[in-house]
Amino acid sequence: MSLSAEVALTHITRRAISLVPLLSAVILGFGVCGLIAKAVGLSPLLMLTELIKGAVEGPQIFETIARAVPLTGMALAAAIPLRAGIVNLGADGQMVLGGCAAAIIALYLPAPDIVRMLAALLIGAGIGGAYAALAAAGEIFANVPLLLSTWLLSYPAKGLCGWLVRSPLRDPITAWPSTYRIPPGVRLAHLVPGTPINQGFLLIALAAVLIVFLDRRSSVGYELRLRGLNERFARYGGVALNRQTTWLMFVSGALAGLVGAIMILGSQFRFTDGALTAPQYTWSGVLAALLAGGEPLGTVIAAVLFAALQTGGFAMERSVEIPRVLTMVLESIIILFLSMRGAIWRRGR
Amino acid sequence: MTGSFLNAAFFDQAVLGITPVLLAALAGTLSERVGLFNIALEGQMLVGAFAAVAGSHFTGSLADGVIAAVVASTLFSALLAFGSAILRGNDIVIGISLNLLAAGLTSFLLRSLFGVSGTFSDSTMAALPRLHIPILAQLPVVGRALGQQNALVYLSWALVILAAIFLRRTPWGLRIRGIGEQFDAAVTLGAKATRYRILVTLVGGALCGLAGLQLSLGSLTLFSENMTAGRGWIAVAAVMLGRARPLAVAAACILFGMSDALGLRLQGEGLPNQITDSAPYVVTLLALVIAGLRERIDAARVVI
Repeated sequence: MSLSAEVALTHITRRAISLVPLLSAVILGFGVCGLIAKAVGLSPLLMLTELIKGAVEGPQIFETIARAVPLTGMALAAAIPLRAGIVNLGADGQMVLGGCAAAIIALYLPAPDIVRMLAALLIGAGIGGAYAALAAAGEIFANVPLLLSTWLLSYPAKGLCGWLVRSPLRDPITAWPSTYRIPPGVRLAHLVPGTPINQGFLLIALAAVLIVFLDRRSSVGYELRLRGLNERFARYGGVALNRQTTWLMFVSGALAGLVGAIMILGSQFRFTDGALTAPQYTWSGVLAALLAGGEPLGTVIAAVLFAALQTGGFAMERSVEIPRVLTMVLESIIILFLSMRGAIWRRGR
Repeated sequence: MTGSFLNAAFFDQAVLGITPVLLAALAGTLSERVGLFNIALEGQMLVGAFAAVAGSHFTGSLADGVIAAVVASTLFSALLAFGSAILRGNDIVIGISLNLLAAGLTSFLLRSLFGVSGTFSDSTMAALPRLHIPILAQLPVVGRALGQQNALVYLSWALVILAAIFLRRTPWGLRIRGIGEQFDAAVTLGAKATRYRILVTLVGGALCGLAGLQLSLGSLTLFSENMTAGRGWIAVAAVMLGRARPLAVAAACILFGMSDALGLRLQGEGLPNQITDSAPYVVTLLALVIAGLRERIDAARVVI
């Protein structure tokens, strides 16, 4: 065997071996979920087949893609700070603020439809970003850890929007507190007719490509990764940590806000209290980002897989009445196993 | 002044709000002292709250509910002990995944065991009975708050003092602090670090189980999805604010309980509950900001 072939083979085997903990965690996760299902009297085999069928069979694949759009956005929102060793647990609040702001702009801005749509997307992202940057300021000026501040800040954000749609913005004919429906001209158009896939797909795909590129090929991405590997070395190497924290939190929050705006303009068409957070995209996103250790491309792949899992979960719930929340259990068990093995963020103590 | 706004119900509500956070914060305090960052308090509480309701519903006995809560959350914390203390995985990642696991698992079981989503309540279930402490109960205004709580409330107060004494005055407390502050030195001197970390994590799990019990059977008798509503994280904040000293942590928890009750009180005055519900989180954030700023100013003084 030639030397180059041997090198290539070693490379491939090394790659394959690095996937072993991941695959074993996935298998263990399915095993545990099967046991849980069995324990409450449901069939594990039925669970598995319905889950897979429901995710990819026929038109379900479009459903999976549609679901992958917000989930990938939220996963990237979690991955950017994670790359630098920071956890943003407040994406729920940032997304809700972005979605609420987008709904308000789309309904009330006196401007042509297209301007309103663009303004809704931009301001939705901007508000989400600003809110996340607020948490960054808390850490920089008052040593409040981001882990806590991001989480705690999401409650007042959700509370404020919940109040807005109950009192000043309420559409009185709806049963559940929500705003008026946004007019058709301001909505995101469907990309493929007859499917739930809309222009939001392009926005998130563009963001994903941009983030993968910046992560791999730019000095910004290099500094981000450097910090994630060794913060003290990054500081010593001249990375302006405070400025970096502010920017990465802004971008993370802006992505979350953008996802909120996309969901309002693309599929929900009105801001309803609790509707943005109900599908738990934030948490699946955090788990997908953790699964990939914050690496953007891996995060996207994990997010798409989790989206398939969720779509399958819906089908599973419809056809065999196994509660779909079991997919959330599965996702967290996979991350739990991986983190225990130290496969995610090994940090000696 | 105490007549209308800060009435007996306010103080009663405050004590009820303090208790679960206080119990979880004690678990966090012990973990912090032994050198583990426990952010899975939220999830452990949730498991405890669910197990309390499930246990007492299926057996019809309150005592079994108590046992179920403590056993379930202790078992759940064994996952944390295994990952964090034994395998030394990253405690933040393990904590996040455990919290999400607890949320998912309890909603799943709520749907599959009780066939409901959202909230399960059973009016035949008994809440923890309120006691009547002779002298305290007769105090004006705060009589109900201090003298007529359930046994768990008084237990939580006793545990604060016990934890303070345990950490300060016993050889085990000394070893725990040693492992947390000077890991290598403590291990060199023969402290069994891993064993202590496992034990502390399991005891923390039991404490969180009691916290969950107080939430679901303390005064109401119901379980609803994510009913912990961030209390575990407020407990984490309380541990930070009190720098993992039991009495100071308890003071931080009292601040939280007061703001919780204040929110409810303002709601009674006609403010929308979506806004007043945010009170405890905003107060916790402000407290963290103020404490952080003071720390900064103190640090600057030393430099000068």
